[in-house]
Amino acid sequence: MIAMLVRRIIQAVLVMLVVAFISFSLFQFVGDPINNMVGQEATQQDRAELRERLGLNDPIPVQFMRFVGNAVQGEFGISYRMARPVSEVIAERLPATLELALVSGVLAITLGIVLGVYTALRRDGWFSHFIMSSSLIGVSLPTFLIGILLIYIFSVELQWLPSFGRGDTVPITDNWSTGLLTVSGWQSLILPAITLGLFQLTLLMRLVRAEMLEVLRTDYIKFARARGIRQRSINFHHALKNTLLPVITIAGLQLGSIIAFAIITETVFQWPGVGLLFINAIRFVDIPFMSAYLLLIALVFVVINLVVDLLYFVVDPRLRVTKSSSSR
Amino acid sequence: MRKMVRAVTLGTALTLMSAGLSAQTLRWASAGDSLTLDPHSQNHGQTHAVSHQIYNPLVYLDMDSEMQPGLAVSWDVTDDPNVWEFKLREGVTFHDGSPFTAEDVVFSFQRAQHANSDMRPLISSVTRVEAVDDHTVHIHTDGPTPLLPNNLNDLFIMSKSWSEEHNVMTPQDYSAGEENHAVRNANGTGPFQLVSRDPDVRTELVRNDDYWGKDEFPLAISRVIYTPIQSSPTRAAALLSGEIDFLQDVPVQDINRLSRANNVKMLTGPENRTIFFGMDQGRDELRTSNIQGENPFADRRVREAMNIAINREAIQQVVMRGQSVPAGMIAPSFVNGYTEALDSVPETDVNRARELLASAGYPDGFRVTLTCTNDRYTNDEAICQAVTGMLGQIGIDVRLDARANSIHFAELQQAELDFYILGWSVPPLDSHYVFDFLLETKTPDTGAWNFTGWSNEEFDALSRALPTETDLDERDRKIARAWEIVQEEIVYLPVHHQVLNWAVREDIDFTVQSQNKPMLKYLNFN
Repeated sequence: MIAMLVRRIIQAVLVMLVVAFISFSLFQFVGDPINNMVGQEATQQDRAELRERLGLNDPIPVQFMRFVGNAVQGEFGISYRMARPVSEVIAERLPATLELALVSGVLAITLGIVLGVYTALRRDGWFSHFIMSSSLIGVSLPTFLIGILLIYIFSVELQWLPSFGRGDTVPITDNWSTGLLTVSGWQSLILPAITLGLFQLTLLMRLVRAEMLEVLRTDYIKFARARGIRQRSINFHHALKNTLLPVITIAGLQLGSIIAFAIITETVFQWPGVGLLFINAIRFVDIPFMSAYLLLIALVFVVINLVVDLLYFVVDPRLRVTKSSSSR
Repeated sequence: MRKMVRAVTLGTALTLMSAGLSAQTLRWASAGDSLTLDPHSQNHGQTHAVSHQIYNPLVYLDMDSEMQPGLAVSWDVTDDPNVWEFKLREGVTFHDGSPFTAEDVVFSFQRAQHANSDMRPLISSVTRVEAVDDHTVHIHTDGPTPLLPNNLNDLFIMSKSWSEEHNVMTPQDYSAGEENHAVRNANGTGPFQLVSRDPDVRTELVRNDDYWGKDEFPLAISRVIYTPIQSSPTRAAALLSGEIDFLQDVPVQDINRLSRANNVKMLTGPENRTIFFGMDQGRDELRTSNIQGENPFADRRVREAMNIAINREAIQQVVMRGQSVPAGMIAPSFVNGYTEALDSVPETDVNRARELLASAGYPDGFRVTLTCTNDRYTNDEAICQAVTGMLGQIGIDVRLDARANSIHFAELQQAELDFYILGWSVPPLDSHYVFDFLLETKTPDTGAWNFTGWSNEEFDALSRALPTETDLDERDRKIARAWEIVQEEIVYLPVHHQVLNWAVREDIDFTVQSQNKPMLKYLNFN
């Protein structure tokens, strides 16, 4: 177990290094930050001086080594765009993204499972048909369009919910202020959470439905029915439990993508999270911020994958046996 | 929404109580945020726009782009033509209560000339600033500089004692590990003072009741909440749903919709930015053309053919939906040196353009790549697509390469482009600024943005005489002659002047400022 953990962590570090290097090389193609940083009056000499001061004249390997060296110490430099330390800015904005991801994740999982079970049990009901066909919207419409549509209906026409921002926030610690404790915070959260979670919701719902239908056809369910166990108990005790194993895996992985791909939702709703910062950073060629963000997202995925791997190990006894026998 | 209703009721209640000074909150939004509150760190439009509410320069451009006294009350060249004297406003205090004196001006100029400051190029002619007494400063320049005040519009004055206390004697250093205090804090002399600043999220200001101009200007707003909203549909939606009161960057595609809405008023005015195309005329051979051994752009007839092949009215109507002013010169109407004759748009004549191309030796046209931005100017990529088609009509096979501005400008700076789009604004409102950057022969000191390879001795002589020409009539004559040469030679192909669109709540009384810097002290409520 320990050996496996160590191996996994070494692999994770390697993945992080590769991600860091690839993203770093990519920055050579996003353009030149200098023009965004100086006015049109700046002379060639001013530009050259600034480039030198930022260390952009050094060879890429040198810049990369410097970046990794600093990153290990948690230092990501000063953002070109905001003139503030990158680590501080990310720490300040991460709560907004995490809150959004958490709420839309919870929304997607609960509604996904409930609706999935419902549509599996009432396969031919009109409501099931309605849900199944409207779930196509969630799968096929791009996120930004859903966001704009929701804004149009609920902000412009009905004027029920705000179209942008995070509402009032309450500081909890120095860096962490939450919108979950105020009414306007919740009002602001509803539309972005639905927008962000809709795809995962429909995905989970369809997965649960398919798994449920599969399980309900198996012999042990038929046998349970033959034994005269109540239908309700069969559905929720025997069937659902076995359905949830793959669902947990998918849900875990989807959480990573919710955090990473909140970028579009955050842009549409001007949600002050790290994704919005990342979009701005790309436009501005804010290299210190972009590299830190990509590293952070890589870390999120690596950690989630690690946890999922470990969960397999815990959940599935067969895996444990083969692993330990092979390592002997 | 409930919050908004509450804010309005609260506002009404306070108005009734104070009866005199109104208590009105203005929720202001634009596409991008100010980059930093440090006024000398970045030379960037929206950053200055926010700083203007908090800080004051010595002189500033008002809502009609006229120069007005800010912290200086009068200014003139002394008997020594290399020295300007500025008389400073008396009785002004900073937001922290400390008095404003000549020492603060001396300090602010030094700070703006520091290597970390982007404002440095604007005052590169300044050699020394000297406090003569508490309310007089002398600005020494390295030669006669008759237009020095034009470069001081966005040069904000900071408090020396505050800067010492918070260790912000210089603008942010990017190699430092720490954030500079002035990035998120401010202490100015302006009409509003900073309450809180959350970059990219929300900046809150309150009225400075000790403002020196409180009797001079409406100063009707008691509180300003400034929010950047990046996505254009959201920006328009926020205005329509009443969540913001003043929108600076109205998306072009939403103008019709917003002007039909009954709670919103559109404000339109000329912007200080002209869009044009540049052609590399200096090289022996173009990089992206099929013509070998010669450069078609070097032939004036080719440039003229292209000039009359571009249908600027069509671009205005179809691409810009009416939101532009077709242009014949690279300077908007409020710039010194502008005349309607120079700005007249050449008549589109495809047949004549074909004849010109044939007489230049290209009856079948030629191939060239047009390099364009797709995220810098209003509809930039669509403009380029339109021009590609128009030039195709006369046989010029244009390949369009549209990309992000960070890549476009980097390559342009390396002088690697044959045919490119560029937009130019003229903050000092004088033609010399256009000549100096876009038209003088490219040397390390001049023609910084002249990537056309064009060089004309007579023009250079005229332009280089301008900075030190103290006889203003003679100066204007030189400017007129210089423009004549540029227009005759067709160095660039001007397309249009951009138009600014702002939108406000129905009951707000405001006008567009051509520099895109709203001065909120002028805003009034009906």
